[in-house]
Amino acid sequence: MNVDVLVTVVKAVVVLVLLLQVAPLMIWVERRGSAFMQDRPGPNRLGPWGLFQGLADAVKFLFKEDVTPSAADKPLYLMAPVLALLPAFTTSVVIPWGPDFKWDGQPYRFVIANADTGVLLFLALASLGVYSLVLAGYASNNKFSLIGSIRASAQLISYELAMTISVLAVVIPVNSFHLGDVVEYQRSHLWNFLPQLPGFLVFAVAAFAETNRLPFDLPEAESELIAGFHTEYSAMRFAAFFMAEYTSMAALSALGVTLYFGGWSLPWINYEGLGWRGVLIGLGTLLAKVAVCMFIFVWVRWTFPRFRYDQLMRLGWKFLLPVAILNLIAVAAMTLAGWL
Amino acid sequence: MNVPVSWYLVLAAVLFAIGTVGALTRRNGISIFLSIEVMLNGANLTLIAYARQFESHVGQVIVFFVMAVAAAEAALGLALFIAVFRQRHTIDLNRINLLRY
Amino acid sequence: MELLAFLIFAFLAVASALVVVAHKNPVYSTMALVVTLFSVAVLFVLLGSPFIGVLQVLIYTGAIVVLFLFVIMLLNIGREESQLAGHKPQFFASILGAIVFGGLVIFTLLNVATTPAPGGPSTELVSLEGLANTLFKEYLLPFEIIGLLLLVAVIGATVAARRTQPGESTTGVAEPPKEEAQP
Repeated sequence: MNVDVLVTVVKAVVVLVLLLQVAPLMIWVERRGSAFMQDRPGPNRLGPWGLFQGLADAVKFLFKEDVTPSAADKPLYLMAPVLALLPAFTTSVVIPWGPDFKWDGQPYRFVIANADTGVLLFLALASLGVYSLVLAGYASNNKFSLIGSIRASAQLISYELAMTISVLAVVIPVNSFHLGDVVEYQRSHLWNFLPQLPGFLVFAVAAFAETNRLPFDLPEAESELIAGFHTEYSAMRFAAFFMAEYTSMAALSALGVTLYFGGWSLPWINYEGLGWRGVLIGLGTLLAKVAVCMFIFVWVRWTFPRFRYDQLMRLGWKFLLPVAILNLIAVAAMTLAGWL
Repeated sequence: MNVPVSWYLVLAAVLFAIGTVGALTRRNGISIFLSIEVMLNGANLTLIAYARQFESHVGQVIVFFVMAVAAAEAALGLALFIAVFRQRHTIDLNRINLLRY
Repeated sequence: MELLAFLIFAFLAVASALVVVAHKNPVYSTMALVVTLFSVAVLFVLLGSPFIGVLQVLIYTGAIVVLFLFVIMLLNIGREESQLAGHKPQFFASILGAIVFGGLVIFTLLNVATTPAPGGPSTELVSLEGLANTLFKEYLLPFEIIGLLLLVAVIGATVAARRTQPGESTTGVAEPPKEEAQP
């Protein structure tokens, strides 16, 4: 029993440390990457290529004055940034971060929560992300924040549905909700994005909508709503929202990579023979794939204009949801026919 | 130590009773809905506890159906609420007490 | 271990249920409902139904309560005035009724004390395959009917909540035909 607890704690610490690096790194990637795409230098004063910008931003957030509106609903106002971090960090417990390893001769899977309801748990915890947006907008006692949070809640629950159905289609041929089994399936068959291309596209679009990134960032639209639902937040509270956004992007990218691109596995490597070196290679592969996804997030942000609210809802309900359902039916038919 | 199933049943009864008090005493329509949700959860907990007692899946299946019905009821109830609010501009149930406006 | 988890989440569920029924501000009641639902979901997992527990979080807290919050914000429902003024007998009668009901149930239950097999829920009970087999083999017809019920609810909610279209009456009573003016 004690060894189990120790192994779980070690896994959790490793994943937590990795996730905590995402926000500072992404600050640099976002600012230098967007500058590169917009043909300007970007931050280049702090360290070589501006690499210490993330550190400087963290220090800035610590020292900024914390302004709280006097008419704000204090308990809800203070709770909202914390609630934002909750789904970002807890959803990463069901993702397999590397191949199975042996500790004292006992095999262990590299998932923190070895639950049978794997991917459903991810979706359930991710659906709790709506509350921080809703409460932040409501508690700020500010018309623009309220509009931002109403738009955000409608957007999130609409695209959650399309995402859930496209995830269900992945689960059908695998016969299990556990994400480790999904990766094992992809090691012996094709990577899932090929036979389930429409489902993958639906998932990708829904992932942008779930994390409030452009082209779906109407809840925090900078040119229209000041800063949307987090207008009235400053200093560390704003940093909490900021960090939660990047961390949930990373967690959702990790899920997408695990479902559609083989997760931690590369097809030509024999992980069982390599022991702990195999675990490190698997972890490194997954992190590299997630890094590519994060760059694509930044790339898309500076390529497409923002969706208007009615266009956004129309896309989610009238296009993505039928495509996801058709994909589900097609995958079920192919599984019955034995092709998958 | 094993927790006896009767403890879960007692907890479910307590939740149900709390929900009933809320549904009977509140004036705000939304608060009545919330209390009804608490009652439904008490009932669900009873069903799952019995599923554990008799090692049967039927309790879980029934809870599945109850959740679907509760979702449908919440959606419809809130839609009716919005419609009533548009007419009467209040949701205080003591003021919405005439059949014809 | 199971005892500790049960005690913590049972206490949490009861405390937040009390906040749901007692607090004047509907937004606080809704957030307390989230805590209640989450605690009950954990109790489901302790009782050997992880699937239903996860579904509880996904459906109830992830969608239904968000709908409640949405409507509260849309209609700008404010705090409720104190209901005790002038309604004391009703309040005390309902508390008495709840105590009587709770007492009856508890008395009945303690006379048929139940202790499940030691060692936690069986693997068969926890497995998703068992639940799926029962759901899709014996209970297929209710499953399909529930789908139909949800469709009806969606249509009903859409019709009930929309603004009246021009020419549509809300009361459903036919207007008497207008008389033509005789030239």
